[in-house]
Amino acid sequence: MQADPPIRVTGLNHWFGSGEARKQAIFDVSLEVDRGSLTILMGPSGSGKTTVLTLMGRLRDVQDGSVCLLGEELNGAGATAQVALRRRLGFIFQAHNLHDSLTARQNVLMGLEVHGRGDKDGYQRAADHVLGLVGLGERLDYLPGNLSGGQKQRVAVARALVGNPEIVFADEPTAALDKASGRTVVEMLKALGRERGTTTVMVTHDSRILDLADAIITLEEGQITRREESS
Amino acid sequence: MTRLLQRLLGRLPVGWLQLTHSRGRLAAAIAGVAFANVLVLVQLGLAGALNGTIVRGYALFDADIMISAGDGNTMTDGSNVPRALLWRALADPEVADGVALYVGTVTWSRESGDTALQTFGIDPVATAFVRPVLAPILPTLAVADRAAIDRTTRRLEPEVVQDLSEAAPLRFETEGRALSVTSAFTGGVGFTADGYLLLSDQTFLALFARRSSGAPNHILLRTVPGADPAVVAARLKARLGPDLRVRTMAAAIAADQRYQGTQRPTGIIFNFGVIIGVLVGLVIVYQVLSTDVADHLREYATFKALGYPSGYFIGVILEEALILASLGFVPGFLIASGLYLALHAATALPLEMTLATAVAVLLGTMVACALAGILATRRLAAADPAELF
Repeated sequence: MQADPPIRVTGLNHWFGSGEARKQAIFDVSLEVDRGSLTILMGPSGSGKTTVLTLMGRLRDVQDGSVCLLGEELNGAGATAQVALRRRLGFIFQAHNLHDSLTARQNVLMGLEVHGRGDKDGYQRAADHVLGLVGLGERLDYLPGNLSGGQKQRVAVARALVGNPEIVFADEPTAALDKASGRTVVEMLKALGRERGTTTVMVTHDSRILDLADAIITLEEGQITRREESS
Repeated sequence: MTRLLQRLLGRLPVGWLQLTHSRGRLAAAIAGVAFANVLVLVQLGLAGALNGTIVRGYALFDADIMISAGDGNTMTDGSNVPRALLWRALADPEVADGVALYVGTVTWSRESGDTALQTFGIDPVATAFVRPVLAPILPTLAVADRAAIDRTTRRLEPEVVQDLSEAAPLRFETEGRALSVTSAFTGGVGFTADGYLLLSDQTFLALFARRSSGAPNHILLRTVPGADPAVVAARLKARLGPDLRVRTMAAAIAADQRYQGTQRPTGIIFNFGVIIGVLVGLVIVYQVLSTDVADHLREYATFKALGYPSGYFIGVILEEALILASLGFVPGFLIASGLYLALHAATALPLEMTLATAVAVLLGTMVACALAGILATRRLAAADPAELF
């Protein structure tokens, strides 16, 4: 374990609702994720794994406890810092959330243009390259409506990876993929960890890819009940 | 188009791509904006025609200063003024000459219907006070009951006035007298009359038995060369009394247009029509854009998660608003131009599509669409990236 992990969570608590309807969903969660590792969050539905993921990804405000992401404390961070930090992250959603009026290439370009006005030709080459890596080199100008579910998910993966994020948060990225495609996607994420030091945290129920994980954290009823690390 | 916009914006034209992805919605939005543009352009055209017809009456005369009664809001409104004012005005060293002008309306009953003629009576020797084309006609009106008619009078067949002369006049009766129309000139129809009729002051007074030669409607003055009419008018007003309107002709025309545009029902209706058109456009564009935002909330939330700031989404919505404004303006402009021609053919009113009007409406449409877009961005707050998981 490195001295300065990209993700360090300490004493994290989280509630939903207010007043009498206020309910605690996360209880005193603490964890660290190593740089370049692939960490899988598992657990039954409602165990809080997605909530932990969104808190770590700064998609929800931290209410109590500490989440230190890439050296920055998220508890109390301002909106500007939040936007800047998100640009260093990549997100892969279970529902791919592609923009239906943009082609595969344009959807991936959205993952690059967030970094500002750069070399447009370079951006396009990078988008085409990543789409080629996920096997969609022949589908660059297809609209999402003309792609299969698996192909859409691969475009979403390409969009998340094209900006060379330091951390990738993924929610059931293989749910819409067949076994081979799902494994290919996870292997790609793992390869990124090796080659670029990209850290991946993934929520999944897919037992077919567990062997690729560097660490598996199990949550039940908002608490970490188990932590396994590959040897 | 996509590449052009990408160059202009320096980013993917997401707004354009969104709009063109839903062709049916885009067509409906363009039709809505075009409809609003037609409303605004036609109302502005009519308001412009109103101003144009107001000028036509004044344009028959060539004077520097006009003296009217205090309630003389237009050329045809208001009380009479004492003709003695003419002599008092002539006492000013910078007033070269003056003439009394009498204004009334006669009805010419024809088989095709009644024709209202705005009638002016003026001293037939005062040729310097009418526009040059009327100067040779005016002396011929010295003979009793002679008249000159506006050849553009509504429903007046061209052949009726084609060969008018003293030997072959057009005769018609009005106000119990028979007039002989021996010449024609180009005036123009208006909102209150179908055309103009020019008479000598004596024929006018004979036709309007209740009018007195000592009480004309206006007094027209010419200043000496080099004098400033505005300065002379101000001096005369101070000398003649505060109850009178003593103005340069340009000031009188401007005040008439202002009064008829803002105080008279016709002008108010035209202005109201413009406001209605703008509101219709605002509502349509807001509806289109807010629906578009609602339909793409998940995608916007995804972009938020990627790190796009709020300003980016406002830019996309404004991009859509300006595209709708531009695309809607083109058919709106073409339809309105066609309606101008049709209305001109039907009414002979001077509807004219000027570059200034077209540019002003295009810019106004862009501002209105942008405003609708800004209102629509309020729905973006509902795009919460946390809800994506």
